[in-house]
Amino acid sequence: MIEFQNVTKIYPPSTIALEDASFKIKEGEFLLIVGRSGAGKTTLLKLILAQEKPTRGRVFFEEKEVSKIKQGQLPFLRRKIGAVFQDYKLLESKTVYENVAFALEVMEAEDKEISTDVPKILDIVGLRDKANNFPRQISAGERQRAAIARALIHRPKIILADEPTGNLDPYNASEIIRLLQKINELGTTVILTTHNKELIKKLKKRTITLENGKLIRDDEEGKFIL
Amino acid sequence: MLTLLKRIFKSGWQNFKRQGNLVFATSSVLIITITLISFLFLGHKIIKFAIDEIKAKADISVYFQETAPEEEIIGLQQKLSGFSGIKGVEYVSREKALEDFVERHKDDKGLIASLEEVGANPFLASLNVSAGEMASYDNVSKFLEGDNFSAIIEKVDFNRRKPIIEKIFDITSFVDKTGIIISAVLIAISILLVYNTTRLTIYSQKEEIGISRLVGASNRFIRGPFLIQGVLCGILSFLTSLLIVGITSYFLGPKISAFFPEFQLLALFKNDFRNVVLLQFGCALVLGILPSFLAIRKYLRV
Repeated sequence: MIEFQNVTKIYPPSTIALEDASFKIKEGEFLLIVGRSGAGKTTLLKLILAQEKPTRGRVFFEEKEVSKIKQGQLPFLRRKIGAVFQDYKLLESKTVYENVAFALEVMEAEDKEISTDVPKILDIVGLRDKANNFPRQISAGERQRAAIARALIHRPKIILADEPTGNLDPYNASEIIRLLQKINELGTTVILTTHNKELIKKLKKRTITLENGKLIRDDEEGKFIL
Repeated sequence: MLTLLKRIFKSGWQNFKRQGNLVFATSSVLIITITLISFLFLGHKIIKFAIDEIKAKADISVYFQETAPEEEIIGLQQKLSGFSGIKGVEYVSREKALEDFVERHKDDKGLIASLEEVGANPFLASLNVSAGEMASYDNVSKFLEGDNFSAIIEKVDFNRRKPIIEKIFDITSFVDKTGIIISAVLIAISILLVYNTTRLTIYSQKEEIGISRLVGASNRFIRGPFLIQGVLCGILSFLTSLLIVGITSYFLGPKISAFFPEFQLLALFKNDFRNVVLLQFGCALVLGILPSFLAIRKYLRV
């Protein structure tokens, strides 16, 4: 589904964020990307989302080279992806309901579909009673759940979760992970970046380890060796 | 397409309602700018009107001998009217001059009695020449002082008035230039204000544009609500500014007119209402949309 071929990303003037990374991700997989801060985890996700272009090498999504996709076609790529960020990236001027509905609205979904699906997904993430609250009026854990609801609502093929538990307490963090596991069980590919040791051990999923931009390990079952 | 438009309008309206601080900051600047431009527009008209009025008073008079035939005077009036820079040549016959004098001094019985004592009409026919530039008066004066007209002209009242006329032209030219400088300074201030608001809008919209792009929104879906919000800010500013200019003209206009009768602010506002509305509305739309347009252009490439 996703393939990195000798991908290097250098931020000017000479910061190497990712160096000669090659790996494949199969459909339906749950992949953990681990490493210290600055190891290149976020850059890797940005390359899939076409937020950044590789300096060298190629990134493929469903056999299409991501960096070759034209600006006008990028929304179509991103609609296949659900992204969850550590800082949530919710629209502050919209309510929780509107933030989630926004992902469907941009795809020009029917009003009826929006009014049926949004309450359902808010139920799943446990935010039905916070639907009319603005992001600033809910807790960090709730904001992250709202972001997950937005990432899921349009049934993407893949979820990219960039340290989604980074700002959360252990209880909320395990809630979010349980949610991502459930999504994965239903067939959606999940890529999760983290540096949470316990989480990696507990999940027992394929784990790619990055260090200073280099891919140093690719284990079938997670290990934390940093 | 209809659904998309509906969502764009709805989202633009929601942003306008909810982003109170940004709307307040943007609209305040727009209101100041548009009001400033409106007063510059009205002020320029008033100053131009006042200058023309003052210049019109700076005329020269040509007095004709009692025996001068009226046809020749009218012939000369037509010739002078053809001179470049001449704004008007008014013929005042002997009878009209007498009528004007009597009318002007009807309450001064002594003066009227003296006039009756004289018995005949003591006034001379005259041409009052008014021009827009000092040079035109010089040309007319030289032309009249030539030999061709010495037989019918009694005197040309120019040399005596020349210093006053020159002074009037100097003052009006100074006022005109000062007006241009003040306008330029005020417009520069407006541009600075709009520029800074643009930066503020760009900064506040950066995050939202980026997030929308990452969620998969197309450019038109992102652009639309921002432009609608800009238009709404523009309309709000236009209406407020129109109200400010209207109220100021209504209350301040008569007070200014009491000191300077030529400054009829309220009358000018009423007469030029359509132009004021068009000017304000045009400025409001351009200045309302511009910041959002620039912000979107800059950040749509995420």
